[in-house]
Amino acid sequence: MCSGRVDLSFVIRALSNGMDGVFIGGCHLNECHYITDGNYHALNMVLLCKKLMEHIGLNPERLKIEWLSAGEGIRFAEVMNDFGNTVKKLGPLGKGEGIDKNELKSRLEEVAKLVPYIKLVKKEKLSSRLENIEEYDGLFTSDEIDRLFREVISYYIDPGQCQACMTCAKRCPAGAVVSVKNQIHVIDQEKCIKCGTCFEACPPRFGAVTKISGGPVPPPVPEGERTIVREGKEKMGEITEVS
Amino acid sequence: MEKEPARNGGLLVNSLAGSNFGDVMVVGGGISGIQASLDLATAGFKVYLVDKAPAIGGHMAQLDKTFPTNDCSMCIESPKFVECNRHPNIEIMTYTEVDSVEGEAGDFRVTLVKKPRYVIEGKCTGCTVCVEYCPVRYPDQFNQEISKNKAIHIYFSQAIPLATYIDESCLFLKERKCAICQSVCKNNAIDFNQRAEKVEVKVGAIVLSPGFEPFDPQLRDDYGYGKFENVVTSLDYERLLCATGPYEGEILRPSDKKHPRKIAWIQCVGSRQVIPGGNSYCSAVCCTYTQKQVILTKDHDAEAQCTIFHNDIRSHGKDFERFYQRAEKLPGIRFVRSCVSIGREIPESKNVTVRYSTPGDGVKEEEFDMVVLSVGLNPPAGMKGLADKLGIHLNAHGFCRTNPVNPMETSRPGIFISGAFQGPMDIPEAVVTASGAGSLCGQLLGYRRGNLAKERIYPPERDVSGEEPRVGVYVCHCGANIGRVVNVPSAVEYSLTLPNVVHAEESLFICSADAAQQIANTIREKGLNRVVVAACTPRTHEPLFRDTLREAGINQYFFDMANIREHCSWVHSKEKEEATQKAKEIIRMSVARALHLDPLRELDLPVNKAALVVGGGLAGMTCALSIAGQRHEVHLVEKDAELGGMARRIHYTLEGLDVQAYLRDVIRKVYQHPLIHVYTGATITEAGGYVGNFATRVKSEGRVIEIKHGAAVIATGADEYKPAEYLYGEDDRVMTQLELEGQIVRGEERVINSRSLVMIQCVGCRQEGRNYCARICCSQSVKNALKLKEINPKVDVYILFRDMRTYGFKEEYYREAASKDVRFIRYDPHDKPWVEAVEEGGRRVLRVTVTDPVLGKKLEIDADALALAAAVVPSADRKEIAGLFKVSLGPDGFFQEAHVKLRPVDFGAEGIYLCGTAHYPKHIPEAVSQAYGAAGRALTLLSHDTVMASGSVCEVNESKCMGCEACISACTYGAIEFHDTRQGKKAGINPVLCKGDGLCNAKCPTGAISLKHYTDEEILSQIDAAG
Repeated sequence: MCSGRVDLSFVIRALSNGMDGVFIGGCHLNECHYITDGNYHALNMVLLCKKLMEHIGLNPERLKIEWLSAGEGIRFAEVMNDFGNTVKKLGPLGKGEGIDKNELKSRLEEVAKLVPYIKLVKKEKLSSRLENIEEYDGLFTSDEIDRLFREVISYYIDPGQCQACMTCAKRCPAGAVVSVKNQIHVIDQEKCIKCGTCFEACPPRFGAVTKISGGPVPPPVPEGERTIVREGKEKMGEITEVS
Repeated sequence: MEKEPARNGGLLVNSLAGSNFGDVMVVGGGISGIQASLDLATAGFKVYLVDKAPAIGGHMAQLDKTFPTNDCSMCIESPKFVECNRHPNIEIMTYTEVDSVEGEAGDFRVTLVKKPRYVIEGKCTGCTVCVEYCPVRYPDQFNQEISKNKAIHIYFSQAIPLATYIDESCLFLKERKCAICQSVCKNNAIDFNQRAEKVEVKVGAIVLSPGFEPFDPQLRDDYGYGKFENVVTSLDYERLLCATGPYEGEILRPSDKKHPRKIAWIQCVGSRQVIPGGNSYCSAVCCTYTQKQVILTKDHDAEAQCTIFHNDIRSHGKDFERFYQRAEKLPGIRFVRSCVSIGREIPESKNVTVRYSTPGDGVKEEEFDMVVLSVGLNPPAGMKGLADKLGIHLNAHGFCRTNPVNPMETSRPGIFISGAFQGPMDIPEAVVTASGAGSLCGQLLGYRRGNLAKERIYPPERDVSGEEPRVGVYVCHCGANIGRVVNVPSAVEYSLTLPNVVHAEESLFICSADAAQQIANTIREKGLNRVVVAACTPRTHEPLFRDTLREAGINQYFFDMANIREHCSWVHSKEKEEATQKAKEIIRMSVARALHLDPLRELDLPVNKAALVVGGGLAGMTCALSIAGQRHEVHLVEKDAELGGMARRIHYTLEGLDVQAYLRDVIRKVYQHPLIHVYTGATITEAGGYVGNFATRVKSEGRVIEIKHGAAVIATGADEYKPAEYLYGEDDRVMTQLELEGQIVRGEERVINSRSLVMIQCVGCRQEGRNYCARICCSQSVKNALKLKEINPKVDVYILFRDMRTYGFKEEYYREAASKDVRFIRYDPHDKPWVEAVEEGGRRVLRVTVTDPVLGKKLEIDADALALAAAVVPSADRKEIAGLFKVSLGPDGFFQEAHVKLRPVDFGAEGIYLCGTAHYPKHIPEAVSQAYGAAGRALTLLSHDTVMASGSVCEVNESKCMGCEACISACTYGAIEFHDTRQGKKAGINPVLCKGDGLCNAKCPTGAISLKHYTDEEILSQIDAAG
């Protein structure tokens, strides 16, 4: 296992569990024990996560990544002591920042829920390779993260367009599309990971899935009112073919 | 020798003793001996690894970092120790020396003397309680006697065997006093009655890898070593740099234990000196190790001022030139080209003065806080006597006299050598020759491969899929290491309160043989299906416990290790209560993870027994012959119409080998070998498959055929640079060294009878765009200069050079050339020589203008011919080959090995190996060594019927995959491929290519990919249990 295996969701989970600091140790850059140089990926994740922490009001110094080799016992001890002191100075998570406990919980939940979406939209940057320490600050900017949250995408199935062909439901990796034969499909926003697969999958001639950026998602059609009224048999045939 | 399987330092030693009968004895347990042992043992031979030191590791274990990557030396070497220790076909015999060798190849009788260590290896667990109580403090050999150790101690902390030994300073041995160690040892491992013991072992072949001895400057009083406190050797300095060294990685000078600010390095100490007490050869590694020490010194102390007094800078290895530049560019670093002498010690400060001279300023004397002597490499100590016992010949320097075309062969059949006993060399060369010597043993002993090799047999695995998790927790005292800090009984009690824990107990040494048996029994009796061991580090001990699980009949992946020693007791020794609390938390996390563990299968893949060798030059042919000589079919693919490669243009070597005669012989052997299939004029159109199962399509003579093979060797060679400078191509009197060689051999009047001939070095390399040294050109120019002088002593030969890089024994020929009036003129790369065609007094000449740095003025040389030392450049088809076989190229376009130091002929992609100039420019004997090395490595694969792939690899849940491709860019192993399904594009993972780093898992937005054994569920449960 490589430091690049450390998932953004692991850090968020640790913070959600009330951990006051998270430390990630990796091999020195360019001394990869695999051939993948995954520690660069770990670095990118940490830089992103720090910005996410800032966004929700947490001090990004609570997260630290450091490159250490197995031969650097003394340095490791120093690094850990330093980090321990830093975290102690910052105080308990949230309290040090003056955020209400419940408020922090809901903010972290919001981030945790967006992890898949964040991984997807920041896919390229998360794989980039920063050779100089000077570049670290610029990889993710606060503006960018604010915008990410402001313009977060939601997907919504237009009840007027949906033909209940079930294509999106079959393709959804999160099992978030409520799909019953001949009933208008509905995206369970709680389960949805905002990957956009349904948007891509919906046959263009229906165009039922819409992308909403930042705005609220219209409420779903109540369960009893989802049955689709077909216009004619001809069309039905066509739909069957599609599915 | 112990006759029973024993546990050593907690690791199972699969003692093969009892029969005293093996296949190969490897003498010398440094990195070269270790590599030879591992290769041979893996290839099915029973190996005795003999070392005179109390632990294996050799000099590499003493180094802090290794150039040019600055990898931590111990971190990369110690896993090899553990591998040797656990290998069922290796018997390690430390503290043992060879007494005599009788018999012949295939049937040697070796008498060994096992020195008494006064500690029963099989009983010692390495807990070091005895060391704490020992009252004697004695200079620590491993730390170059800079610090003190106890009379009973472990050689170094990662030692294998991890057992103490008692040295001559022991009070009991000297005066029958003390014996405290005996009373504190809880395992009764101390035995003062041990005596030196003679052991006879029968083997079929012997590999000698005794390494080298650092030059001892004390033998010469002009360096002040041993006289002035602050003069140290480079090996002393290596220990000072090292975190496990005398001052835990702080560079302190001997006189006052203060940080030296101003440090001087003196190069060529004991090397390149034709004076009594010196060595005439170049030690080949000192330039680069000094640069490493300078870089590390600056890492330790950014303010340090480092001065390197040097002769030629010899950066002839792969990536050495860049490394040199890296050192040179650091602030506060001076490289001063000058002869030096140590002046005096300043009485008050104990500083040392160094006298040197520079062309501008004349002689100067400068004061330094500390002086490091970059000592050279001497032949291994006591080799003269041993050589007589072994019946092998040494060369004039005391190194082994080897076969000129096969540096691993000695004068006695069946005895091979590897490593620095051949002559000064760096670690990768020591590793290459080790694999090469292994291959030669394989050729000799192929008929008995596998006869003595052992494999362990395990009971069938219990299916626990329907069971609730039943966890057993074992908490180790580790002697006192854990027990005196962590309250172990309380941790055991706590473990019993954790969900699904049905058994918990404590153990004094959970790694001992009895304890392992106890675990196995409890697994069976209490029906445990998960085991957590709270003890030390999985790095050394996880394989042992996994093995215990297998022996008890449950899947080995149902194991988790809670490290409460390194992560807890050792670092919190003063906070016992908190440490106990932390230990409990670590155990809780481990148990939480254990509940989610899945049984995993290690994949057994069949191995196709044939090999493909790409490239029919000397390296490719030699490799093919060695593999075929071990009864494997070889397909040899050459792009040209004829075999021979670059060697077809080389006629003689510096050492006097008739290359063409040798080449003809090799080609004949290749064509005559029944197991080698040669394809000439061939191109590879497709290459697919994976380790053990490759399929390559080759187009040759108008046909395309598919070759199935288990291993592949890339030996595609290199090209000669076509110069664009110095009138090359415009004036036919300007030629490359290879062209000159051809003309000399053909007896071209114009060259042979020229009055004057100039050679210019470093044409097309050591410059922007080709930032490397082509390694061979200096020797090549000296070779042709000597040849010309031999034919026509009257010809004036001038060699214009930047640094003469005639490393190793080649230095002799450089000196010979100088003595024969070949004139060497250094030029500055910023002021390169200038060549113009002119007429002078009716004679048409090439006028070469160069600035002589010694005289400080411009010289004009009128030459009849000009030979350019044109660089060796990567072969034109390298990108195509790299793409086909999915292997990588380095920054200079040469193929990139898996690890610069320890896997120099392997590629990152398994089952593919590398040799010859495709790797980097090299001389013929070096290419031959590497060819045997690649063959040896290939045999570690081909000698098996199946190859095992780890169970901890990634897998894809297709229904969750959205086809976003975030994973594929992260996987440089090429293990991920996409395929179309009715539900769109989906990722698929080839478990054979996956190495389990888990990057893709972290990239996957939908959770479709998971790394088995480190799944999100397993890790998140651990995180949840932490809080």
